[in-house]
Amino acid sequence: MIRELFTKHKRKQAITIPSAEAKNDVPEGIMTKCPECKEIILTKDLMKTAKVCPKCDHHFKMTAWERVECLFDEDTFESMDNHLKTENPLNFPSYMEKVASDKEQTGLNEAVLTGTGKIGGIEVAAAIMDSHFRMGSMGSVVGEKITRAVEKATDLGLPIIIFSASGGARMQEGILSLMQMAKTSVALKRHSERGLLFISVMTYPTTGGVSASFASVGDINIAEPKALIGFAGRRVIEQTVREKLPNDFQTAEFQLNHGQLDAVVHREKMKETLSKIIRLHVREEKVHE
Amino acid sequence: MSKTLTFEEPIIKLREKIKELEEFTNSSEVDLSKEIENLKIRLKNLEEDIYENMDPWERVQVARHPERPTSLDYIGELFEDFIEFHGDRVFGDDAAIVGGIGFFDNKPVTIIGQQRGRDTKENLKRNFGMPHPDGYRKALRLMKQAEKFQRPIICLIDTKGAYPGKAAEERGQSEAIARNLVEMAGLKVPVISIVIGEGASGGALAIGVANQFLMLENSWCSVISPEGAASILWRDASLAKQMAEAMKITAPHLKEMGIIDDIIPEVMGGAHRDPKKQSEFIREALRNSLAAFEGMDGESLIEDRYSKYRNLGVFTE
Repeated sequence: MIRELFTKHKRKQAITIPSAEAKNDVPEGIMTKCPECKEIILTKDLMKTAKVCPKCDHHFKMTAWERVECLFDEDTFESMDNHLKTENPLNFPSYMEKVASDKEQTGLNEAVLTGTGKIGGIEVAAAIMDSHFRMGSMGSVVGEKITRAVEKATDLGLPIIIFSASGGARMQEGILSLMQMAKTSVALKRHSERGLLFISVMTYPTTGGVSASFASVGDINIAEPKALIGFAGRRVIEQTVREKLPNDFQTAEFQLNHGQLDAVVHREKMKETLSKIIRLHVREEKVHE
Repeated sequence: MSKTLTFEEPIIKLREKIKELEEFTNSSEVDLSKEIENLKIRLKNLEEDIYENMDPWERVQVARHPERPTSLDYIGELFEDFIEFHGDRVFGDDAAIVGGIGFFDNKPVTIIGQQRGRDTKENLKRNFGMPHPDGYRKALRLMKQAEKFQRPIICLIDTKGAYPGKAAEERGQSEAIARNLVEMAGLKVPVISIVIGEGASGGALAIGVANQFLMLENSWCSVISPEGAASILWRDASLAKQMAEAMKITAPHLKEMGIIDDIIPEVMGGAHRDPKKQSEFIREALRNSLAAFEGMDGESLIEDRYSKYRNLGVFTE
């Protein structure tokens, strides 16, 4: 116990926080600091490891397009439904401004990128959420894009892979957001009834209405290491049960231990794993094409 | 003595005054019947004025009235030979969701309802009507059973949300809700869901993927409670009243938006004022809803549900 205190203290001392001056010495964007181990990494190097910290294995947040780059065979991904526009059905003050600013920053029309492409040579449909856009929350457009991607997969007889990265339902669209949970579910049911594969990949974070709808019902549920996955927020639960929750509460590893995941997959192995699962689901006549 | 809601106070005061005058008339020589008549007319006008123009927050208060009839109250009124079935066959029996079978108009149906308590003791047992995953899994088990025996399913929604607790997370609250959404989409029997009180978040929707989605006039349904939304979006839970307006959570609003199929009228002043009469309103609505799907085959019912939810959402192409 006492030893533990000392080692923790020691580790803390080892962290050097650059002074304000030193920070200014490094041009913006060239270096990235790992939020977990505080290691300073060349951003260029970080991209080579698919945004995983080389020192502590922390999986940085990824944009939807970065994921496309890591996962799909080169130049095979074709995005769709980028023309859908968010509305402000409840006239929430400043909602449109926030959406506009996230659009500008992410280059996406909403918090999910959808399309088709090849992984390991096999065509799949995909929906990749981006938590940089309104925390990846699901409103009408996110629900619609995911539903259309699932429907496309159903029509073409393709597997669907959904990468979740979302805080849950988009509050500003009220009940319409809630109904996106039902909308995506009816589409997935139809896809499933055709005997088609759905792989759900949960990344940081997968919570609320997204975890309580499509993200949890993959034929195969996998997650990235340490990803936050859960229904209710930690603070809400702590207030409700009036006890401290364990540190690993609602992590991917916690969910694996509680039977909610098929596997926790390191980002380095993600493409290989997905590719293997997809190959194992290809009907015979297609295998040796 | 019934709990008085703030906005009802003028009505209650006037009613007390009338009672006083009536007692006085009975016990003395003075005849005040004319005054009493006048006051009664005033009372009627006042009731109409207040109860027929309730704002969203006032409706939320009515929906949360401690004496508002619960699922079991309606079940007792509406179904013959009801027998309750327990347990999810996996972990336990969640008392926050009740379910079973019974006759409705001489036809067997499956009934599932979220169940609040009427007092503290019952609320502890029922976990304030906030289900654990076990409750949703029991609900799904009963739905699958209904499908096997080709019984329509009637779901009564009344929850502040799925329970946000440690055990709920450990047993897969998300998965339980998500599974119900997907499985309900594929049910080959008619599903009618009625919000009878509160209907918040995925916890409500998990028994709400229906062929018809109805709401009692003073119930509310939303992605989150007005308090929750106010504390997240405006960082102040005390703005719940304004949020109740902004989020459009009442039955009239949701009907207007095309989210729900119909509104079931309530007894003047709220369902708690006359649960028996209220049950008759629900009976009437259920009869109509079930008749609409009678004889429809499984595939058509699935298709009907698909097109209903497929089209929800507001955006531009």
